[in-house]
Amino acid sequence: MRHLRRFGAFWWDFVIGDDWRLALGGGIALAATGFFANRGAAAWWITPLVVVALLVGTLARAKPPAR
Amino acid sequence: MLLAGAAFLACAVEMVEALTIVLAVALTRGWHAVRYGIAAALATLAAVVALLGPALTLLPLSTLRVIVGFLLLAFGLQWLRKAILRSAGYLPLHDEAKIFEREVAETRAHAAARGSMDWYAFTLSFKGVFLEGLEVAFIVVTFGAAHDDFALMIAAAAAALIVVTVVGVIVHKPLSRVPENTMKFGVGLMLTTFGTFWGAEGAGATWPAGDAAILVILVGYTAVAFGLVAWLRGRLPRAEWALGEAA
Repeated sequence: MRHLRRFGAFWWDFVIGDDWRLALGGGIALAATGFFANRGAAAWWITPLVVVALLVGTLARAKPPAR
Repeated sequence: MLLAGAAFLACAVEMVEALTIVLAVALTRGWHAVRYGIAAALATLAAVVALLGPALTLLPLSTLRVIVGFLLLAFGLQWLRKAILRSAGYLPLHDEAKIFEREVAETRAHAAARGSMDWYAFTLSFKGVFLEGLEVAFIVVTFGAAHDDFALMIAAAAAALIVVTVVGVIVHKPLSRVPENTMKFGVGLMLTTFGTFWGAEGAGATWPAGDAAILVILVGYTAVAFGLVAWLRGRLPRAEWALGEAA
């Protein structure tokens, strides 16, 4: 069980990393792109826009180093 | 070309990190077990690429590009986030010389090996090469599958391996002069760019300028990333900002 947990933790850290919101947001962006594109709308702009918003969001939460 | 360059840079960065660990262990405890550790890790990685690569190509191209796009987005955004935080002085810069010293100290702290095989050195070198190499394998498999050109990606990874190994053999110490933080910044930007392009295309979107959109996305993300570095530096006290610049 302990090995399984460590194995899962390794892959979580490998793919998801420090901020899970980035992966979740990336997934939502692609899903939204697919949703609108498959209804005939121009949806290419959705993913880049969400990526920029995700970056701003995750960095806004970063705290300056304490020295 | 841009794709092969991205794969080369990403692989080189990971290999520099693996080289630091391998050198630290080998120079402290000898090369015998380290050589076996490297060989075992490379064989395991080759098996991962050989199994995952063909398995991925069985998927329809659009499904594959959504999966690869998502993975590259998740992975690239992690890299980019850390690279921006490092550039802005929020995280310490990656310093191979310091990592090397720490690895050497930790390796020395363990009792010397008895018998013919130093399993401690074997395990450390295996883990170092395998874990760093897994990221290389991930990039080779995802780029190769989405672009339908495994040979080009394997060639880029092999070129990076040769360059880093030759330089490592020549200098025989960690490659602390490699602009690793700048390279990581570039790789984060490229992974995020390809993730955006392939992911959106696989989901059904049509890019206005076709493949040329990759360059436009890359330039756009680069501008945003530099803007974010400047914004984060502006939030630091003056002394911290100067420290980040000096580093």
